[in-house]
Amino acid sequence: MESTFAIARREFRTFFGSPIAYIVLGGFLLLAGWLYFSTLFLAGQASLRGFFAAVPVLFVVLVPAITMRALAEERKSGTLELLLTLPMEDWQIVAGKFLAALGMVAAGLVWTFPYALTVAALTGPGTAFDWGPVLAGYLGLLLLAASFIGLGLWGSALSRNQIVGFIVGLVLCFAFAFVDAFAALLPESLGQVLQYLSVNYHFDNIARGVLDTRDLLFYVSLTAVGLLLTTKTLSSARQ
Amino acid sequence: MPNSMIRIERLTKRYGPTEALRSLSFEVPRGQVIGFLGPNGAGKSTTMKILAGYLQPTSGKALVGDVDVAAEPVRARKLIGYLPENNPLYEEMMVVDFLRFIAEVRQVEKSVRAARIRNAVERCGLGGVIGKDISQLSKGYRQRVGLAQAILHEPDLLILDEPTSGLDPNQIVEIRALIKDLGKEKTVILSTHVLSEVQSTCSRVLIINDGQLVADDSPEQLTSAGEGALLVVLASRSGAPLELNHLHSVLSAVPGVTAVEPAEGEGHGTAGFRLRFGVEDPRRALFEAVVKHDLLLLEVRRTQASLEDTFRKLTAGEVRKAA
Ligand SMILES: Nc1ncnc2c1ncn2[C@@H]1O[C@H](COP(=O)(O)OP(=O)(O)OP(=O)(O)O)[C@@H](O)[C@H]1O
Ligand SMILES: [Mg+2]
Repeated sequence: MESTFAIARREFRTFFGSPIAYIVLGGFLLLAGWLYFSTLFLAGQASLRGFFAAVPVLFVVLVPAITMRALAEERKSGTLELLLTLPMEDWQIVAGKFLAALGMVAAGLVWTFPYALTVAALTGPGTAFDWGPVLAGYLGLLLLAASFIGLGLWGSALSRNQIVGFIVGLVLCFAFAFVDAFAALLPESLGQVLQYLSVNYHFDNIARGVLDTRDLLFYVSLTAVGLLLTTKTLSSARQ
Repeated sequence: MPNSMIRIERLTKRYGPTEALRSLSFEVPRGQVIGFLGPNGAGKSTTMKILAGYLQPTSGKALVGDVDVAAEPVRARKLIGYLPENNPLYEEMMVVDFLRFIAEVRQVEKSVRAARIRNAVERCGLGGVIGKDISQLSKGYRQRVGLAQAILHEPDLLILDEPTSGLDPNQIVEIRALIKDLGKEKTVILSTHVLSEVQSTCSRVLIINDGQLVADDSPEQLTSAGEGALLVVLASRSGAPLELNHLHSVLSAVPGVTAVEPAEGEGHGTAGFRLRFGVEDPRRALFEAVVKHDLLLLEVRRTQASLEDTFRKLTAGEVRKAA
């Protein structure tokens, strides 16, 4: 456990020591802020609905951008040999990388709290602001990010090239975000399967404030699959 | 406590079609400093990578202490400090942060962590650079960081893959002294292409060629095992041009001489030869033969087979590939 945290800490610090962090998170916050304020001012509505609808789409790009270098860079610079001869299991390395990436996403999300606070402040005096959906929304975002991180890490583990890692991650995240786009055109049974596979579908459930174990289970499973594939790919470097 | 620190048993490693190790076996008792030699591509790094728990062998076993590296990788890796061939480091980290990171991952106890880091920094002479980014360090200092990283947790076994490659002569001397010093408490296996390094630091030499062990002995034994040789330089007394084939047959006919090889002469009108001999010293017969054939003996020098000779002889055929 200690080794995993050490990996995570190093990764986190390195990320924030590089300009990429500020470009990627800055871009994310700019877009998220623009989407939020446009609903606030253009629609004249103090609501987080637009924000929560947009962030999952932004994550499709943000998460692979965060995870792309995690393992590709270790391969490229040769430090993978150092890492793989330290006394820990391969999955502990992956777990460390996962925690770091989740921390990076969380560090970006923290800066969106002011939006929620503004909405709360703007809510009419008589009506109490309902924090339930907001907290559920943030929880949903973290779960969604976790599952994307699993996919992104796998992309990063596949080659020594960060760009390849980014593109593979992007394609996978995109697929899981929009897999249900054609659900309406398909026979109902198939449509339901696609819907179940969609991370956005489960996110919408959670963001509505309904915490269902089926949605949680979906995210946990998708994250686990991503991390298992990452671990397998990482271990294959030992061949 | 088992008294062998390394046990390699019929280790085979294939990279696709390339067979890097072919049923390699050897054993190293505790406390020895082993020099691991072989031409380029012989399989030194491959062996070390398997031993360090990085690569999986295709077949065979590697044991560190009594721990099977494949069966209990984490336990085995705890016993090992490893300096990989091109010394990969996290460039963007400060030296001290990097060492702290390694100490954390290796779970060096908190109470002794600072002391261990200080000790490693001191021994490797890193005091002046601990606040620098690794990317700013010269090659020699990078190598020291790699060594510091390897000794931080006070491992029983040090695996050093070409620890002095690319260093200037001063740095080489210092790093060698450090390795020698470490060898007092630990078992060390180091690979190198510098044969004099082996003579100055190692108590035993393993030579591999094409994935197989071809020699396993002390440096002294390996240098004296090769039979003696005479280096002779001849000139013609009459001034007539020298006939190499003729000289060759004259020298071969000298009693005691077992082989004649061409060697460096002293320029125009001279010819050099290396004469191998067995038990019988052929010098007296040589003088007689030289006089009889109206030749001048400009030089005769007895040489001992060097480690280079032994190395070349044992790995012949591979030398060409290395060039
Ligand atoms: N990752 C790899 N993929 C394919 N072949 C490899 C790989 N690593 C090593 N080899 C091959 O295995 C053989 C042994 O290589 P190894 O690096 O162990 O040699 P070495 O003795 O360390 O050589 P050097 O003195 O050049 O460092 C070589 O033929 C090499 O080409
Ligand atoms: Mg090598």
